Amino acid sequence: MLDKNGIAKRIAREVKDGYYVNLGIGIPTLVANYIPEGINVVLQSENGLLGMGPFPFEGEEDADLINAGKQTITTLPGSVFFDSALSFGMIRARKVNLTILGAMEVSENGDIANWKIPGKMVKGMGGAMDLVASADNIIVAMQHVNKAGESKLLPNCTLPLTGIKCVKKIVTELAVLNVLPQGGFRLLERAPGISVEQIKNATAGKLIIEGEIPEMEI
Amino acid sequence: MINKTVKNVDEAIADIQDNMTLMVGGFGLCGIPENLIAALVKKGIKNLTCISNNAGVDDFGLGLLLQNKQIKKMISSYVGENAEFERQMLSGELEVDLVPQGTLATRCMAAGYGMPAIYTPAGVGTEVAIGKESRKFTFNGIEKEYLLEYAFEADFALVKAWKGDTAGNLVFRQTAMNFNHAMAIGGKITIAEVEELVEVGELDPNFIHTPGIYIHRIFQGQQYEKRIEQRTTRKMS
Repeated sequence: MLDKNGIAKRIAREVKDGYYVNLGIGIPTLVANYIPEGINVVLQSENGLLGMGPFPFEGEEDADLINAGKQTITTLPGSVFFDSALSFGMIRARKVNLTILGAMEVSENGDIANWKIPGKMVKGMGGAMDLVASADNIIVAMQHVNKAGESKLLPNCTLPLTGIKCVKKIVTELAVLNVLPQGGFRLLERAPGISVEQIKNATAGKLIIEGEIPEMEI
Repeated sequence: MINKTVKNVDEAIADIQDNMTLMVGGFGLCGIPENLIAALVKKGIKNLTCISNNAGVDDFGLGLLLQNKQIKKMISSYVGENAEFERQMLSGELEVDLVPQGTLATRCMAAGYGMPAIYTPAGVGTEVAIGKESRKFTFNGIEKEYLLEYAFEADFALVKAWKGDTAGNLVFRQTAMNFNHAMAIGGKITIAEVEELVEVGELDPNFIHTPGIYIHRIFQGQQYEKRIEQRTTRKMS
């Protein structure tokens, strides 16, 4: 079973040279730590920055320089600032190659729910609806089951949707799966030490298993 | 050159009245018009509708107006870090319209571009789409559904820039630009507070973000706190 860093590490292998990437809050943020040497990517922060760098050294924080999670960050050579409308313009115009975000639920046709639990405090969708509506390539980083032990990979989402038919790939602590265009989660890889049976038990939506399922390389 | 300067923040907001709709720049606490918000608190203007990406924190930013119960309605994309906001929303004292962040920014921008509406795919198939007109377009070879979203009509836009000149030309600093540019162009009357107000001719025309034609009033703000919401650092190795 993978921990959060393990999930991030596995997702980092999906990041290709030359990609512009938007990382959501939580596990996706950790992906930046594992992008392999020699792979040049530019991180987009939707509050208006391309070329997000690491956290600043203590004492070098700048209130004017934050990411979409409101954390203090730094820039890199070649960075550029722009306004929020242009930031979502480049997202909508599909200039951002890869979007990695967390989810509460994903359905077998690629719907995603990650912004609202009815009856609980609603904090808002932020930029998630814009990102999932426009991105060509969306990878979801999440736990396979919720805290109550219920599967988060479902036939249909039960929570209010963030976007429809948009998730392409899911990486959890148990497995890597992709969402087939005709529907269904196709199992691609098992996490180290995890059996196909365990993944079956944790997946409520339609799971498609073809042939031997390899253990993932991290 | 037309001079847009006003003496101080009180003169800048003299005609903002109860029940008005305001765009308020900033992302979280980054790039918020601190002086203008403080002046609205002091003046006690009520029943405001605020279009702002966030609602500040309990004791800073728009949170100050919320605490004073001066806001009737918030139009925002994310309102997470504010307990008073949560209380007022759950008790029904505060109306809240949650809008996808890109839609929010683009509805401000559209106002500044003179376009009454835009089409965006954000929110299609979700509760954001309820009651909205939608239309299919084939664009760049892909057929997709888009929602019709209207440009905002705000009585005033309150924005904060790094530098500005007396003609109202604005330059932002780093990610403090965020919503400030789109709101600056989108307000019917735009008031800009700047950290440094300079004479015309001092800003390089090649490096101005917002042309002064969109700005009606400008003044140099005082005593910026520039509070950091999430102080994240790494250790020297």
